[in-house]
Amino acid sequence: MLKQIRPAILMIVVMTVITGFVYPLGMTGLAQLIFPHQANGSLIEKDGKVIGSRLIGQNFTSDKYFHPRPSATTEPDPKDPTKTIPVPYAADNSGGSNLGPTNKALIDRVKGDAAKLAKENPGTPIPVDLVTTSGSGLDPDITPAAALFQVPRVAKARHLDPEKLRALVDQQTHDPLLGIIGEKRVNVLELNLALDQLH
Amino acid sequence: MTANGWIQIALFSAIVIALTRPLGGYMTRVFAGERTFLWPLLRPVERAVYWCCGVDEKEEQHWLTYGVAILFFSIAGFATLYALQRLQWYLPFNPQGQTGVAPDLAFNTSVSFITNTNWQAYGGETTMGYLVQMAGLTVHNFVSAATGIAMALALIRGFVRREARSIGNFWVDLTRCTLYILLPISVVFALVLVWQGVPQNLGAYTEATTLEGAKQIIAQGPAASQEIIKELGTNGGGFFNANSAHPFENPNAVTNLIELVAIFAIGAGLTNVLGRMVRDERQGWAIFAVMGVLFLAGVAICYNSEAHGNPAVAAYDIDSAPSAAQAGGNMEGKEVRFGPALSALWATVTTDTSCGAVNSMHDSYLPVGGMIPLVNMQLGEVIFGGVGSGLYGILAFAIVAMFVAGLMVGRTPEYLGKKLEAKEVKMTILALLSLPLSILGWTALAVVLPAGLGGIANAGPHGFSEILYAYTEGTANNGSAFAGLSANTLFYNTTIAAAMLIGRFIFAIPMLAVAGSLAQKKSLPPSAGTFPTHSPQFVGLLVGVILIIGGLIYFPAVSLGPVTEQVAMNQGKLYAGP
Repeated sequence: MLKQIRPAILMIVVMTVITGFVYPLGMTGLAQLIFPHQANGSLIEKDGKVIGSRLIGQNFTSDKYFHPRPSATTEPDPKDPTKTIPVPYAADNSGGSNLGPTNKALIDRVKGDAAKLAKENPGTPIPVDLVTTSGSGLDPDITPAAALFQVPRVAKARHLDPEKLRALVDQQTHDPLLGIIGEKRVNVLELNLALDQLH
Repeated sequence: MTANGWIQIALFSAIVIALTRPLGGYMTRVFAGERTFLWPLLRPVERAVYWCCGVDEKEEQHWLTYGVAILFFSIAGFATLYALQRLQWYLPFNPQGQTGVAPDLAFNTSVSFITNTNWQAYGGETTMGYLVQMAGLTVHNFVSAATGIAMALALIRGFVRREARSIGNFWVDLTRCTLYILLPISVVFALVLVWQGVPQNLGAYTEATTLEGAKQIIAQGPAASQEIIKELGTNGGGFFNANSAHPFENPNAVTNLIELVAIFAIGAGLTNVLGRMVRDERQGWAIFAVMGVLFLAGVAICYNSEAHGNPAVAAYDIDSAPSAAQAGGNMEGKEVRFGPALSALWATVTTDTSCGAVNSMHDSYLPVGGMIPLVNMQLGEVIFGGVGSGLYGILAFAIVAMFVAGLMVGRTPEYLGKKLEAKEVKMTILALLSLPLSILGWTALAVVLPAGLGGIANAGPHGFSEILYAYTEGTANNGSAFAGLSANTLFYNTTIAAAMLIGRFIFAIPMLAVAGSLAQKKSLPPSAGTFPTHSPQFVGLLVGVILIIGGLIYFPAVSLGPVTEQVAMNQGKLYAGP
């Protein structure tokens, strides 16, 4: 029985070398060689500065931009590091709200957000993704319905023809692969970059 | 529910069915030590591993030696992983300067990774440096999975061998499984994941200035190499806190499909390994059918639940109905790119197996939707199951089913040519009873102690579900979460770690004893009185036994959580405060 102690220790060392160093470092080398853009986070640069990642949602609050979904991410409170404060789209601390379906805090939050959204596009039902937080808090996408819902507000703020914006949303909509795999979605950062190009 | 949602579920199922036989054939050859196409490349590495570790690959082990080898290996793994976490501040590959992990959290995480649980009481990007992620967590993603597969192999050998004293060599099974199966698949698909957008770098986090001029810190790291083995080995501990809901772990529906298939592939393939090793592939397909029936039932109920919006928000003119422009449903905690169908499919697949990865937050599911992952784990994770552990889990249920069938006709039960006698049945029952003892015992303790109640994030029945879910996933070695529970406390870190150890070892050691005992027996040729275990009757019997045992044990607890909450939700009741 005790004869098994030596191989146990040596096996952990050998496996750590193979699967803990050779494998991940080798994959890093290959990835950097073959797919450097993706391997480094699919970053988007503008005028030489990183403005974000194509895959990571970022917050937009101005009326001139399409808004992403609400986000439940937090950061440590600068005044008291044992507490946290809400910081939407904090890409160094991903996470969801974890509010259960019968939690009053969830329903109150939805009610508050819905009241604000109803003002910008009265009479139109609000797409559900615009009042719910994502699992990661970093969802880069909204549904086409959520983008179209925001068209009147953005058109007004930019003095643009709503039809032109609807066409832009349509053009920015990613369809499921082969029409099957995935859901229809609009990448908010890409949509807003295209929006800035319209002028 | 949408037609497209069901087409995606069907596509996933078709891929898994198509892979089962080829993968089963390949794995059978690897475990038997036969030449495969990777032999010229990997055989020298395999020999070098044996040479370094002083292992004689021809030496056979008694079941006790095999079990002791697993225990020592787990202890050695625990020690190195604990040390790496505590000392990471002083070690290289830590560009973010993550500090040493607190003792109770490091203890919990180490236990969690050696038991193939991979529960995240920690937040990946805020706690773990790249050295711990690679040389600690990634390593255990491989070897804890290989250990599970080795245990399943040992049990299969118990059925196959005749009047034998040994059930294989743990070190050989571990090495072959890691080198020939887990590693090559991971290398290929890690690259595919990078191609699709999963990062693989060693740099510090990126500081971006958003279009509106705000600062955003984007966490990075060697994610792809860990992501693929996390799914393939049914481990589930995410590189990032949000796990596979994070766009860097799972950027689109293609990566989602690859990861889903990776989770089921080995568990499904192992049913075929069983069939091939007992020289009757139909035996494997019968087990596969049992798993398939339970999987489809789970995914249908879960998808149906999540495809509907939360009735409590309907009053505020929220549109949760599917249309051409949205998938609708209960989107709290879900990603747009996955919608309700792929989220529900993922939740079912990851809890049928012991892969606790999440691509949506189960805590925010509607009550019945969240009940499915919970019940899947409580049934013993035998629906394809954790790699290896799923197979020896369902064989445990098969032994009970044959015992029940034997009682009905008054005949000594047999399974796969071996007589099942008092010793095997006792050991199997011991293994099966260890799970509810841990799940229900720890839950009962937590709901009466302030330290337990202090962790819940949602009031009312949902709070009870959070606690029940935590001990269920721990005991089931799953790692999935109702993540609202504040589990990074001394109380939860230690009690959940205890649950994980019970679920892994108190279950596995009696099953190894069964393996050893079966191996010593003669093999009986099937006679006219033998119950055919490749027949639809057997499939029905086994499904029935699994559901009846699970139902009898867990129905009261599940009633207090999800069932009560569903009734409350239908009546429009809300709960304030934690």
